[in-house]
Amino acid sequence: MGSSLTAAICLEDFASQVAERHNRPEIEAGESPELLLNNMTISRNDNEKVFIEPSVNSIRVSIKIKQADDIEEILVHKFTRFLTGRAENFFILRRVPIKGYDISFLITNFHTEQMLKHKLVDFIIEFMEDVDREISEIKLFLNARARFVAEAYLTPFD
Amino acid sequence: MSSPTIFPLGHEPIQDHCFSADGSILAITKDSNVEIYSVTGAAPRLLATLADHDKKVTAVDISLDGKIVTCSQDRNAIVWTPGVTYTPTLVLLRIDFAATAVRWSPSGDKIAVGSGDGVVAVCYFEEENDWWISKHIKVKDNKRSTVTNLEWHPNNVLLAVGYYDFHARVFSAYVKAIDARPGPSVWGDKFPFAAPCGDFQTETQSGWVHDVAFSPSGDVLAFVSQDNSVNVVYPGTAVISLQLQDSLPFTSVVFTNEGELVAAGHDCHPVVFRGDAHGWAKAYALDDDTQVVIERSEEEDDAYSHANALNMFKQLDLKGKVVNTSQNNNGLLPHIHQNTITRVRMLSDVHISTSGRDGKVVIFTLN
Repeated sequence: MGSSLTAAICLEDFASQVAERHNRPEIEAGESPELLLNNMTISRNDNEKVFIEPSVNSIRVSIKIKQADDIEEILVHKFTRFLTGRAENFFILRRVPIKGYDISFLITNFHTEQMLKHKLVDFIIEFMEDVDREISEIKLFLNARARFVAEAYLTPFD
Repeated sequence: MSSPTIFPLGHEPIQDHCFSADGSILAITKDSNVEIYSVTGAAPRLLATLADHDKKVTAVDISLDGKIVTCSQDRNAIVWTPGVTYTPTLVLLRIDFAATAVRWSPSGDKIAVGSGDGVVAVCYFEEENDWWISKHIKVKDNKRSTVTNLEWHPNNVLLAVGYYDFHARVFSAYVKAIDARPGPSVWGDKFPFAAPCGDFQTETQSGWVHDVAFSPSGDVLAFVSQDNSVNVVYPGTAVISLQLQDSLPFTSVVFTNEGELVAAGHDCHPVVFRGDAHGWAKAYALDDDTQVVIERSEEEDDAYSHANALNMFKQLDLKGKVVNTSQNNNGLLPHIHQNTITRVRMLSDVHISTSGRDGKVVIFTLN
């Protein structure tokens, strides 16, 4: 995962060759087939996978977070909504995830110019580890809370 | 091997750099400006800022007589004539897309400019009208694929061009008004303008060609591409393609002599290759892991702690806590360049200079 990302984040500045005087992420524009590289999916199972789409000046990394049951589904939805709603503070986060995935990052050459490449890779990997842990933590917390609430409500009927 | 000379020139990415022929002046690109430094003293001194472009400058080159040419994504190229100040002259490029690469011909009477729609404009000075005009080289089977880089043959006529459509091509850029008729060479016998003299691909037939280079004699062509290969062409034989497994793609290449070339790129340090017509191999890496102790000026230290602080806040922002991810050497890469090297150039027989996206220009001494 780390090495695939490192290889994919070899970006450079690229002015659009389709639209005059534009400079935009080619992976989003998708107008010049020779500028896009092969897509790559890395998955543990159907529910947990990462999809990497590299191109000349941008890469898109989409993550599907583990969702084993309904509660996790709701939690992941809320969690990603919380993040994407604040996308401008996260620089590389894409506002709308691509179809079939929960969250997408868009890294362009301007990001790699400002930030160190190996740190970006570290960040994405760490993010994936953390998000799983966070979701299960919230789930435990939620269950504990539900138990507590149920107990409080049911005490009068004891 | 003496230790490399480092010029820290801010933190904005440097797309291209060029030293003047006597090594006293250094021109670097900085966003939409070009900065000229005098590097004769202990520290580089800013002489002038050339600020006529209104989009990012993509390349800069200095001719033997000190004229500077710059090109930019705003579709223009400008020739700057030195004097009390630098006087700009616009080049009539007639291209519709970003200008991506520019080079003076060895004798300094022609300019080649690569553009975003695959056209190469060969420009020369017309005395009677007092301006630079251009002739276009187009490729038939290339539907607007951006030119990555180009390089002149030492005979002042041939031109090697790298494209994003995985090809490296050699053309004739013979201009009747300027050039004497060139004699036959390994690349062909006759050279009418825009005649194709070679078309090469890597073994995998994929991977954007990032840079091309002629050997000092002009009989050998090298190009590096995104599929992680260094390729050497001896005209008339198959391309010698060297695939590297354990490194990232190179973005720039230059010959130091007939049997040695230097390539650098996303790995952040230059690598030297040696070989001949029978085969090429990696010789050694310059500035590789841990060998060089990085000496930093106070100003630089300041900048690094800046970056660290920024990182800390970003982490706080994201996770509400700070994780110390710093590896050995303060979380920095064990090279002088901390980001991709954008250009390698020959400085003298034993010196090469590199510029990187981390805003540094470094001079290395070859073994």
